[in-house]
Amino acid sequence: MFLINCPYCGERDQTEFSCGGEAHIERPKQPTELSDDQWAEYLFMRKNIKGVQFERWNHAHGCRKWFNMVRDTSNDKIHAVYKMGETPPVK
Amino acid sequence: MSKNLRINKNNFIDQTTRISFKFNGKQLFGYKGDTLASALLANNIHLVGRSFKYHRPRGIMTCGSEEPNAIVQIGNDSSLTDPNVRATEIELYEGLEASSQNCWPSVNFDIGGINNFLSPLLPAGFYYKTFMWPASFWEKYEYFIRHSAGLGKAPTKSDPDIYDHQYSHCDVLIVGGGISGIISAKLSAEKGLDTFLIDDKNFLGGSTIYQENEAYKINDIYSNEWLAKEIKSLKNYPNLIIKNRTSLAAFHGYNYLLARENLTDHLSISDRKNKIRQRLWKIRAKKVIIASGSIERPLIFSNNDRPGIILSSSIKKYIDYYGVKTGENISLFTNNDSAYETAISLIKSGVKVNVIVDIRKNSESLIVKEALDLGLKVLWESTVVETQGYKKIKSFEVMRLSDDGNNVIGNKTKHNCDCLGISGGWTPMVHLFTQSGGKLKFRNEDNVFIPDQNKTPTNQISVGSCNGEFKLDEIVTRTIENTKSFLDLSKTCYDEMKINCPDEISKRNIWLLPSDKPIGKTKPFLDFQNDSTAKDVKLALREGFKSIEHVKRYTTTGMGTDQGKLSNMHALGIIADTTGTNMGELGTTTFRPPYTPLTFGAIVGRNVGEFFDHTRKTAIHNWHVKNNAEFENVGQWKRPWYFPKNGENMHQAVQRESKAARDSAGILDASTLGKIDIQGTDASEFLNRVYTNAWSKLEIGKCRYGLMLNEDGMVYDDGVTTRLGENHYIMTTTTGGAANVLSKLEDYLQTEWPELDVYLTTVTDQYSTISICGPNSKNIISKIVPSLDLSDSNFPHMSFKNTKISDVNCRIMRISFTGEHSYEINIQSNYAEDLWIKCMEAGKEFNLTPYGTETMHLLRAEKGFIITGQDTDGTLTPSDLQMDWIIGKKKFDFIGKRSLYRSDTIREDRKQLVGLLTDDPKEVLEEGAQLVENINTKPVEMLGHVTSSYFSPNLNKSIALAVVKSGKKLKGKKLIVPMENKNINVTITDTVFYDKENKRLNA
Repeated sequence: MFLINCPYCGERDQTEFSCGGEAHIERPKQPTELSDDQWAEYLFMRKNIKGVQFERWNHAHGCRKWFNMVRDTSNDKIHAVYKMGETPPVK
Repeated sequence: MSKNLRINKNNFIDQTTRISFKFNGKQLFGYKGDTLASALLANNIHLVGRSFKYHRPRGIMTCGSEEPNAIVQIGNDSSLTDPNVRATEIELYEGLEASSQNCWPSVNFDIGGINNFLSPLLPAGFYYKTFMWPASFWEKYEYFIRHSAGLGKAPTKSDPDIYDHQYSHCDVLIVGGGISGIISAKLSAEKGLDTFLIDDKNFLGGSTIYQENEAYKINDIYSNEWLAKEIKSLKNYPNLIIKNRTSLAAFHGYNYLLARENLTDHLSISDRKNKIRQRLWKIRAKKVIIASGSIERPLIFSNNDRPGIILSSSIKKYIDYYGVKTGENISLFTNNDSAYETAISLIKSGVKVNVIVDIRKNSESLIVKEALDLGLKVLWESTVVETQGYKKIKSFEVMRLSDDGNNVIGNKTKHNCDCLGISGGWTPMVHLFTQSGGKLKFRNEDNVFIPDQNKTPTNQISVGSCNGEFKLDEIVTRTIENTKSFLDLSKTCYDEMKINCPDEISKRNIWLLPSDKPIGKTKPFLDFQNDSTAKDVKLALREGFKSIEHVKRYTTTGMGTDQGKLSNMHALGIIADTTGTNMGELGTTTFRPPYTPLTFGAIVGRNVGEFFDHTRKTAIHNWHVKNNAEFENVGQWKRPWYFPKNGENMHQAVQRESKAARDSAGILDASTLGKIDIQGTDASEFLNRVYTNAWSKLEIGKCRYGLMLNEDGMVYDDGVTTRLGENHYIMTTTTGGAANVLSKLEDYLQTEWPELDVYLTTVTDQYSTISICGPNSKNIISKIVPSLDLSDSNFPHMSFKNTKISDVNCRIMRISFTGEHSYEINIQSNYAEDLWIKCMEAGKEFNLTPYGTETMHLLRAEKGFIITGQDTDGTLTPSDLQMDWIIGKKKFDFIGKRSLYRSDTIREDRKQLVGLLTDDPKEVLEEGAQLVENINTKPVEMLGHVTSSYFSPNLNKSIALAVVKSGKKLKGKKLIVPMENKNINVTITDTVFYDKENKRLNA
């Protein structure tokens, strides 16, 4: 049970948040122009890294804002938290 | 039996307050401060229970949470009885009733004891190996195995006690109130930090508090006196909270810890009334100091499990702390100096110590010298090879050890005793450290796993003997040093310390002591509770188990309620010795929470009964209750299911309600539908993107049905959305989907389309919805809102009006989920019940009939309207539902559009929604029933299943909806629904059964 530093509210308990999976997978601007394979890549393919992973999180029981987080999945260490649209930190 | 083994020693036990208790029905006495174990020992009762597998007699072996044997059933009340309680932990209270477990008819004569004589036939893996054949017999075996297994009896009634949860956000949490915990706590409190100190005992000071020995001094006074003074001084710190009887259960990441505080288990039953029994502390500590101490190891030799064989340090605690002699002719068996401290305590208390058997060649430390000066006889370089005595130890046999320690030599000598103390060295309690993610390292010198300083998670340290420091001077100075640097302290009250303590010079460790008999003829127990022996571990290794985790599970070593606190190290040692591996490389099994068992009550706290989950009730709920509604849970909502009248059953009520709704008028509380207020200049564009159909051209004041997909093209939710203004919509969602739809829409708005000017607000609770349908609905509405022009030209189907009912603003939508002429009135929830009653009064002359969810489902099924979540299951596209008409093919994009022509979604043999009619119109199908074409070819191919099924009173026949492979093409096809006792013949039809031309909408 980790603590997450919500970029809008500050440090809160993990129970207030929900994880939205891998971050920085942009929805294609023109899905209709994609092949089945390209669309499947967007739709289904997600990394599941043991180590540093970029994730989307939602402060579901707080401000309800989505933001991004860099977390090491092997030890739950959170390296960075940043707002949607902001440039991700370099690894 | 009724001997009194109490000596006069009143430091800790209040011998003026007698407490009566019962053990196995026998009335006994103890004193305030006793545990059940110390009180039993004072009454000369060693035999407490029977072992799990062989039903061997077992006695009290320890004085703490590591106790494997003395586990008892407390109380016999069907709701309050508590199984598997360690006698060493339960404090004595007036009226305590305890009984032995795992024995029948009694602990003294146990039929199951026959297993002991069968033990050569019951090796590790016996059950796995024996009950394999024939495989189909397992269910028969299981019945008997389950009946012979298990320890205590679970209560049969619900738990009446109160449990609580509480949070703590402290600066420093200190786990353990022994000498290092006390030093750390004082340092932390002195600095002004919010400090939380917990200890599982009812007193502070650990084992030092009764260590009254010339050899142990701090600042020139006895170590116990010094510590008592320090504990007293802790009272001066208001920023220090001390919780006794509080056991740490789990240490999670980010310094999140769970601890269970016992509040009433030590009180007499009458003093417990209306008090909280246990409190679960949820602690988020900035820093954690683990001072959990260490526990003594047993020694592994043949028949080392007899009642009367007790850890040497526990014998010392029973005599020094509780004033209880564990025997009158005690011998000790050791590989280190600790047993000599016990011997000194016993001799000073006037107890005869017969002999110490020591596996070491010699030792010349101060403590050994002191013991020898008191006249103690030591058998050096010797081992116990066998013990005698069934219900209590009577004697033991000793032989000399060979130089390498692998064999015994010379003659056997037999020694009588009534208690044998064993001491195999000390094991640091590293459970919490590893639970938190810390890694261990192995110290070869004294065979201990200790925390690796370089692999310790941040913001925690381990101090004292749990960190591998065993000597008093080491413990004190290093605890001070480490705490100072951890808490960033400079000058403290402990800056000048003078400590005297003896050195342990000689060390020797043998995991499995040799015997003159072949190992097959011995019973060297490792895990006392689960009856696994060194033989079992060796057998597992011979059978090819290599991983310590596998050996553990195969032999069940370390899998009892004590979780191997005593047995694990020896199991590892024997594996390492047998396989020639270094213990450090072998590693340990995983330490998992909880450290000691938790009650379910403590885990759930107050979240029981009506507080188990939230209950949502509509504003009209009270009326439903008064009118005898039966309720259905829909998510957290309580929805009226049906309104039985005059003793009707559900079927009768639903038939009546459904008929009335179509014949005249019905009224439904639809308040639970999700309502999302959508505003902003891009509101129309937003709806275009989230629904499959087009929204930009919807006129203000008009309503439209929308289908929402997931990005994978599968139907997710549906509902009617109304355009209230140029940039203002109100969306309705399904009852169960409301929260998820809002979250999903927020997700898209915030992350994919932040450029859209759209704001979403949930108004589900703010507005209540009353739906009135049927041919007379118009007459009823006109009575309630006479000023409103209800003509089809002014107020057509799929439109809405803002209006007032008795000066209260409300929105009326003319929309229909039943296929009837129908209105939905949305009103602020405060006025909803009043309006409902008004509607009922106005509808009286039209037999306006309240109906519930079951009738709603039936009426919509007659029309072939889907319910997402019932007819859909996340695998159906709009096309699968025969709803291609709702796809805005010209639209550039919407959520899920691209997926609608993936190779998989355009397959023609997908399961598709169809209607079903039974050949026998009276036969109602079961929802979920399978559909097949040919019952005789095996395997029978499942073509689909029934999703909705009802008897329609309006059509006077059974109707159903189903999903069937290639269903769209199969209209008219005969299929079979195979049931347990019969096959039902059905025909695939259109999904709309009633009023196919939609004439009734405008009736």
